[in-house]
Amino acid sequence: MFYRESGQFKTSYPADQAIFPIAQDRWGLIAVLVVAYGVVPFLIDDYWSNAVLLPFLCYAMAALGLNILVGYCGQISLGTGGFMAVGAYAAYKIMTTFPNLDFIPVVLAAGLITAAVGVLFGLPSLRIKGFYLAVATLAAQFFLVWVFNKFGWFNNYNATGQITAPPASVFGILVTGAHTHPAVTYLFCLSFVALFALVAKNLVRNRVGRSWMAIRDMDIAAEIIGVRPLTTKLSAFAVSSFYVGMAGALYFAVWLGSAEPTEAFGIDQSFLVLFMVIIGGLGSILGSFLGAAFIVLMPILLKNVMVDSLGMAAVTAKHVEILLMGLLIIFFLIVEPHGLARLWQILKEKLRLWPFPY
Amino acid sequence: MSQDLMFLIETVISGLMAGVMYSLVALGFVLIFKASGVFNFAQGVMCLFAALTLVGLMETFGLPGWAAVILTIGVMAGVAWVIEWAVLRHLVNQDPIILFMATIGLAYVLEGVGDLVWGSDVKVLDLGIPQGAWDWGLDNLNLYVEKLEIVAAVTAGLLVTVLAIFFQKTRVGRALRAVADDHQAALSVGISLRSIWVIVWTVAGIVALVAGVMWGSKSGVQFSLSLIALKALPVLILGGFTSVPGAIIGGLIIGVGEKVAEVYVGPFVGGAIENWFAYMLALAFLLFRPQGLFGEKIIERV
Repeated sequence: MFYRESGQFKTSYPADQAIFPIAQDRWGLIAVLVVAYGVVPFLIDDYWSNAVLLPFLCYAMAALGLNILVGYCGQISLGTGGFMAVGAYAAYKIMTTFPNLDFIPVVLAAGLITAAVGVLFGLPSLRIKGFYLAVATLAAQFFLVWVFNKFGWFNNYNATGQITAPPASVFGILVTGAHTHPAVTYLFCLSFVALFALVAKNLVRNRVGRSWMAIRDMDIAAEIIGVRPLTTKLSAFAVSSFYVGMAGALYFAVWLGSAEPTEAFGIDQSFLVLFMVIIGGLGSILGSFLGAAFIVLMPILLKNVMVDSLGMAAVTAKHVEILLMGLLIIFFLIVEPHGLARLWQILKEKLRLWPFPY
Repeated sequence: MSQDLMFLIETVISGLMAGVMYSLVALGFVLIFKASGVFNFAQGVMCLFAALTLVGLMETFGLPGWAAVILTIGVMAGVAWVIEWAVLRHLVNQDPIILFMATIGLAYVLEGVGDLVWGSDVKVLDLGIPQGAWDWGLDNLNLYVEKLEIVAAVTAGLLVTVLAIFFQKTRVGRALRAVADDHQAALSVGISLRSIWVIVWTVAGIVALVAGVMWGSKSGVQFSLSLIALKALPVLILGGFTSVPGAIIGGLIIGVGEKVAEVYVGPFVGGAIENWFAYMLALAFLLFRPQGLFGEKIIERV
């Protein structure tokens, strides 16, 4: 009833190939964007920005990147934390070397550098498959974190080993450093994520995306019908790392402000982003956002309920939180292995027929 | 013998011993992967959980060591049953990556339960395993070897022998091998997959207990114990996911390679390379044999 496409006729090929062919989807997206751009910036405060919205946007960007690799190209990677570290350190080095540079090229350059590193670590994927590859990508994770810990050049020989984001601005408005306005950082990240989500959505429905999916579904068959495994797999690694690198730059410079490699970019990060992709839905752009929202919001919610409402001790609450996160992950995998994006699809099917059963 | 050669031998031996410890963890992975095709990331946490339970039983209830070990085996069997009942049963025929993720969820649950029940502070595990240097070797051969590591090596040897006998000679073992070979064929001759899974997770739990005891005696029972899973992964891909001998030999190669590299290569690049060296070594091996040293040859058809 609410989601019926009857009466919406497509009279031209461009209309048939439109990115959101159904009017309700278009209006829904526009409504979300209007709220995100027009309402949220006026309500935002430091807590909401730092604890909810910035993490959500940074992780959504990382999840987008990983979803391209795992969900669309079928190459499991556990090196996301390491690639985020590359993005963060690239951004840091560029920002400290060229202090007056606008922040947008910094993020883009960080993404490009990460893409190059990603291609390098993607090379084994041409030979190794499945879980062997997954474990092999852990090599990237540990190696990269070790490199950033070991060589002082990366943190400008800082004695603590930390990197701290210097103030940088976009068109003269500060977006990093200590004196930023929450609404500004939020809008900046939002614009980046929204733009690149659109790019990703288009990438996966054109020739490149289709070749990724062919490789994912069966690489030998894809090779036989003329999809080049070399360029396809490496392009997936490159694009994925580009996104993850940008996410790392935003994560470090805009959200955290300062970071230390072992803690901020450890293997837990890799798993966290992988969870977002799986819980959100493999091979779904919307799923990346849903998964990021779920994983970012759930601990906050659990903590609020347990510590503030039930008066549990913080240490116990931490253990219970780990336990519940594990249970929730298993629960979601059992109930809907295709993720939240699939649930959303089912809901849309239901809305289409409601209130009638057929 | 010259000092340098002695030092090399000592390094290799300590590498072999460390390798045995890695093999113990990798063994649990291989058992489960063979029988159910699940890449069980929770194996490391199972080691932690088993060791925590053992220490908790001994400390809280004052049980003697042997009784605590038996009870802990019982607990691990219970855990295996719950895992099959609550998780695996519902995820049959899902993608391997979904099952992998489920075991990561499982790792969180086990960690949370272990911490809640037994507390998260560092505990000392004392089962009467001798500590310190091996005197005879130190006096006569001038070799420094930890007693604990010798015990671990002997235990690992025993464990593998027992497992081999169990797999080759017993009825259940044959059923396990049948399942590992072909799920559907095993089902069709009347082997119950569910009970097989419970058994294999229990066996993996016992292996985890042994590994947990060894690592726990070495460095105390604490959260970092669960991270040894990360040490076992390169062993796994080096040896092959499906091979028990692969896990042992892979462990030895990784152990020796890591120690030798740490001593002879480490100083040139600034040390602390043991975190990633094993992975790079395994990766280099994989480029020549994508299925690991002893893994089943991957045959792909369209």
